[in-house]
Amino acid sequence: MSSIADTHSATDAAEPDARGSDAAESNARGSDAAQPDARGTDAYGVAADAAEGHVYTVTGQDWDSIAAEQAERGDERIVVNMGPQHPSTHGVLRLILEMEGESVTEARAGIGYLHTGIEKNMEYRSWTQGVTFCTRMDYLSPLFNEATYSLGVERLLDIEDQIPEKASVIRVMMMELNRISSHLVCIATGGMEIGALTVMTIGFREREKILDAFELITGLRMNHAYIRPGGVAQDLPDNALEHVRDLVVWMRKHLPEYAAFSNENPIFKGRLVGVGHLDLAGCLALGVTGPPLRSTGYDWDLRKKQPYCGYETYDFDVQTWDSMDAYGRFRIRLNEMWESLKIVEQCVSRLEKLKGAPIMVADKKIAWPAQLAIGSDGMGNSHEHIKHIMGESMESLIHHFKLVTEGFRVPPGQAYVPVESPRGELGAHVVSDGGTRPFRAHFRDPSFTNLQALPVMCEGSMVSDVVVAVASLDPVMGGVDR
Amino acid sequence: MSEPRQGGAMPPSSPDLHKESDAEAPVTGAVPEGESQPDAETRPESLVGSDPAVSSDETEVIEVRRGMFGVRGTGDTSGYGGLSRSIEFPAPSAPPFGGWWDSVYDRVGELVPSYSDVITKVVIHRGEITFHVARQHLTTLVRHLRDDAQLRFEFCSGVSGVHYPADRGAELHAVYHLQSMTYNRRIRLEVSVPESDPHLPSVVPTYPTADWHERETFDMFGIVFDGHPALTRMMMPDDWPGHPQRKDYPLGGIPVEYKGATIAPPDQRRSYN
Repeated sequence: MSSIADTHSATDAAEPDARGSDAAESNARGSDAAQPDARGTDAYGVAADAAEGHVYTVTGQDWDSIAAEQAERGDERIVVNMGPQHPSTHGVLRLILEMEGESVTEARAGIGYLHTGIEKNMEYRSWTQGVTFCTRMDYLSPLFNEATYSLGVERLLDIEDQIPEKASVIRVMMMELNRISSHLVCIATGGMEIGALTVMTIGFREREKILDAFELITGLRMNHAYIRPGGVAQDLPDNALEHVRDLVVWMRKHLPEYAAFSNENPIFKGRLVGVGHLDLAGCLALGVTGPPLRSTGYDWDLRKKQPYCGYETYDFDVQTWDSMDAYGRFRIRLNEMWESLKIVEQCVSRLEKLKGAPIMVADKKIAWPAQLAIGSDGMGNSHEHIKHIMGESMESLIHHFKLVTEGFRVPPGQAYVPVESPRGELGAHVVSDGGTRPFRAHFRDPSFTNLQALPVMCEGSMVSDVVVAVASLDPVMGGVDR
Repeated sequence: MSEPRQGGAMPPSSPDLHKESDAEAPVTGAVPEGESQPDAETRPESLVGSDPAVSSDETEVIEVRRGMFGVRGTGDTSGYGGLSRSIEFPAPSAPPFGGWWDSVYDRVGELVPSYSDVITKVVIHRGEITFHVARQHLTTLVRHLRDDAQLRFEFCSGVSGVHYPADRGAELHAVYHLQSMTYNRRIRLEVSVPESDPHLPSVVPTYPTADWHERETFDMFGIVFDGHPALTRMMMPDDWPGHPQRKDYPLGGIPVEYKGATIAPPDQRRSYN
């Protein structure tokens, strides 16, 4: 917690010494703000600190003195600024909590600390390069970002029917593995925040196994840029299916540990049951999707309702719970990991029959020309392809050059193809003006939308429940701020 | 025109809207645990349209581009200087559209007093339907779309801004994706406003989820949503000047100098157009 402001006290003068030069600076700004003109001319100038009342700066270890000082004031109403640098807020989320004693009377979220302008950047890169950017948004589910963007571009290109079956199966397999790794992080960090440290350590252990599989297949643990418009970046390496099969065995062996540690653990249940209550009407009004929506008992899952990538051909069940609280969301995530394993197994058995099948559309005007080979030092050149363009065919070289530097053109129009990410409905609104770059790419990120439910879930509860409620929404700030 | 979207192996059929009464609408009650098996009958209606309507041949020409690299006045020796391409957006469609699109269109027509005033254009492209809405009617229209028993677009996916500098007099567009969970349909609303008067009524009273989305769109595009409870910046700092997602927002970049030559910001570089 960076600072606590007592809003009732009148004086603003008592700045703690720790702020030192900051205080002097803010005084200088304050005098600027006194003259409205001066503020108008300085685009980056700010008005005086908006904090009213007494300000405490908390750096840890000094709770007793602060509690004593506050008790002396005899005022129970304080505003706590929790974050943006706080271990329990899942990244750089800033919570502004107005409290009466330990009860939260008002909660607001401040975001934007991780805004990196990804959507704007994508407008200055080719359609294929766009994948490289959007994969970095929600960094715990990068393959879903890539998938929704690629599906949107493919709809605009009108090549949805031409995506090879193998590409779709690989996409599904990668997305489901990614769903497991994302849910693992959610459960792990959520457990850590309430003191269940073992859940954290085993959660990251299992996640690491999945990231190993990602590294084998895509070359990278995160930020893969693997799913691309038209298919996937490269074929599976020879030992990939064996690796994934071993991974499934490992997961089947270790997933029960989470249930054993948590499901009936009285402390765990005491912290989660009934916390972060949000009913169906609240979910729909606030646009909340994913596990929070399914914890109301409504089986809304885009994989079933609006199938993409051939999800309608897989056998799995949508997991719901009826408690509308953080505990229900935890159980849904746990159950969904089992369902994802079922889907991954089906993908593996399908991929065994698809050895050598194409993984990119046949249209050479869209398909990336090279099949990159994996060498001893990671993803590398495609020697066959280089031999062809450098030694055999001038036209192929020209085509390669044009496709890599210029890219392909996408017919004008707009498309929105949402997918069910681990956090809910993730969709890319892709607009093309017929050029080689996205005219606009806007991502409807579920973390961003779900975070709006924070006040309604937290107000009236204890401050310790805020941490649990936030964890049950599982916001990823990279996706929230984009 | 586009082909109708088929949701996998599921056959398209037209929904019988009148069977659904308010009490039976699936979203009104929570499904008890154990009864959450996916409904085999549930089809993605939003992806299923029957034959698309015959549209007029007139597409919307946004601009005409010449050459290959957007260069003017210099000696374009590439041979592409004579190239001329007009940018045409998908043409508006006229009813009948086919499938559930018509039922939505007709039902909206019954609810609003003057159809052509409210819906200025309907575009069907790639199996997605877009209603272009006049801004002064947006609030009443979304309320009907959410509450009417035959429409039930109870879920708003969000608001997305788009800046079309070439669309004179309607440069800024706000795009809403609405989802009917009851009927499993998805539509898109598009509202355009001129840059000189970027005001739009807020849909927050109908869809509270639009709160942050409208703030983001205001932040990035400067579209002012009248009636929004607290329209402040979302991503950028509160005192940030300008609206970064507009096409004319100057990109800083760092003009690096190399032996007298400078590298311009990305939007001023020569690029494929």
